[in-house]
Amino acid sequence: MSALTFTVKKETTQRVDMSPLVCHLLKDLSSEDIAAIELQNGKRKIRADELFDINGDDTKNIVIKNSYGKLDFIAKELQDGSMTIEGDAGAYFGMSMKSGELTAKANVGLYAACEMKNGLLTINGNAGDFLGAALPGNKQGMKGGTVLVKGNVGQRAGDHMRRGNMLIEGNAGDYCGSRMVAGTIAVMGTTGRFLGYAMQRGTLLLWQQPKLSATFNDCGSHTLAFLPILFKSFKKLDSKFAQESAAFNRVQRYGGDMAEKGRAEVLVKL
Amino acid sequence: MIINGVSIDETFAEAFPMKATRAIITAQNEKWAMISAQAMTGFATSVIACGCEAGIERVLEPSETPDGRPGVAILLFAMGGKGLAKQLETRAGQCVLTSPTSALFAGIDDGVQIPLGKNLRYFGDGFQTSKKIDGKRYWRVPVMDGEFLTEATTGRVEAVGGGNFLVLAESQPQALAACEAAIVEMKKMPNVIMPFPGGVVRSGSKVGSKYPALGASTNDAFCPTLKGVTKTDLSPEIESVMEIVIDGLTKEDIDNAMRVGIQAVCDLGAKNGIKRISAGNYGGKLGPFHFHLQEIMA
Repeated sequence: MSALTFTVKKETTQRVDMSPLVCHLLKDLSSEDIAAIELQNGKRKIRADELFDINGDDTKNIVIKNSYGKLDFIAKELQDGSMTIEGDAGAYFGMSMKSGELTAKANVGLYAACEMKNGLLTINGNAGDFLGAALPGNKQGMKGGTVLVKGNVGQRAGDHMRRGNMLIEGNAGDYCGSRMVAGTIAVMGTTGRFLGYAMQRGTLLLWQQPKLSATFNDCGSHTLAFLPILFKSFKKLDSKFAQESAAFNRVQRYGGDMAEKGRAEVLVKL
Repeated sequence: MIINGVSIDETFAEAFPMKATRAIITAQNEKWAMISAQAMTGFATSVIACGCEAGIERVLEPSETPDGRPGVAILLFAMGGKGLAKQLETRAGQCVLTSPTSALFAGIDDGVQIPLGKNLRYFGDGFQTSKKIDGKRYWRVPVMDGEFLTEATTGRVEAVGGGNFLVLAESQPQALAACEAAIVEMKKMPNVIMPFPGGVVRSGSKVGSKYPALGASTNDAFCPTLKGVTKTDLSPEIESVMEIVIDGLTKEDIDNAMRVGIQAVCDLGAKNGIKRISAGNYGGKLGPFHFHLQEIMA
């Protein structure tokens, strides 16, 4: 069996809802059925084979080629399979993903990995705002799994994040970890303003000294035993986080947000 | 059967089912990991009065431990699951949480999950934090020397307790020397502990007593000073008997430990005063696991 491959014929002007083209929804469909699936495109619907050339038959392994930034909801609630996106992806990339592996070879839009539950989501380019966040009005963002971003991320990464690991090799925008409930966000690059704003619990693990608000208090320098275990868990990733040189266990610990519960921490590499 | 002049009795050791778990203690160095492990496995020679039987299984290299520090693996055995969980938690709280630089991890991933640090976390008074890494939950409890890191649970498995053999010698020093030699070899075996002091028991017991309140009493048939006044199992030249008790995760683990232990005793041989190897049993009525000495040494 070869990977089920959707190759974009021509980019659309309007955005496309890609949520029907996900492993678990396609698993028992014939190629004719898949071709006939209707996708919301702006205010009209288009058939899958109108937008894509469709090849292959392995619904557990889906590839989208020539992808572009208006393909939204790619891999929504993904489970039981892997999806690879060659090109950019739109908003809500990997939203509520439940298991499996999802990879974007380039950039993704707003709300990637929002309310993700488990699995591994890799973004080789940049991610937009609200990475791993809760949808507007909801109180819990990402609840598990690992998000790896090799580029930069926008504002509010991990907003309302509840559990899991968010690993950012590049820079993070303003309000990184805002309103975070728990979990771990690691940022190798720089972080913006209002880091950990209203953060309740959880860990922001930083390689660069951030500019912290007055509601984060210095708790001193420490050697923390859980860090080697955390870094060991990154070894299987294709990432800078897996490198031996990336690991450390000496940190400056800041506690906060004292305007909230004050049980969160910002750990900065020493 | 005679090995190097030592007679192997045609008898068997009788053992019974137990519940067991393994915990891994790490620390800044092996010295402090060992101190913590010794405290945690202290007063755990027999379930008769200690609540559990526990011992140090082996020292772990940093490459073998979850946090990359020197460590010690310990095994705990109890008659029931609830008793094991209680002993584990109590001992972890008093002997590992309190020990400088220590961390505590599960040594068995499978089986029924029982609390390791799951409830110790409340010592953190609300400042404790949790991390779930690779599917395992860890607790970070702030303490005065930094942070106590502990895994939330460890696995409980079915195990075997009470494997044993007796060393019958012409003198007390010779019996002890033989047992010491056996323990050196048996400690190299995985998945077993010899829970008594130094691995050796000098007060083997029989079931029952003339005193109704006591469930066990001295094994008079093997007491050399009673040779003339009780129904003895000892020949005139035997002046001292010592026992090695083995708890293991499986019957095979005990088989292997008994084999290397008895062999080490027999290597000293009759010329060093070792006359017989025997074993303690209760007529096969107490435990379903029987370790036949001659089969093991065949």
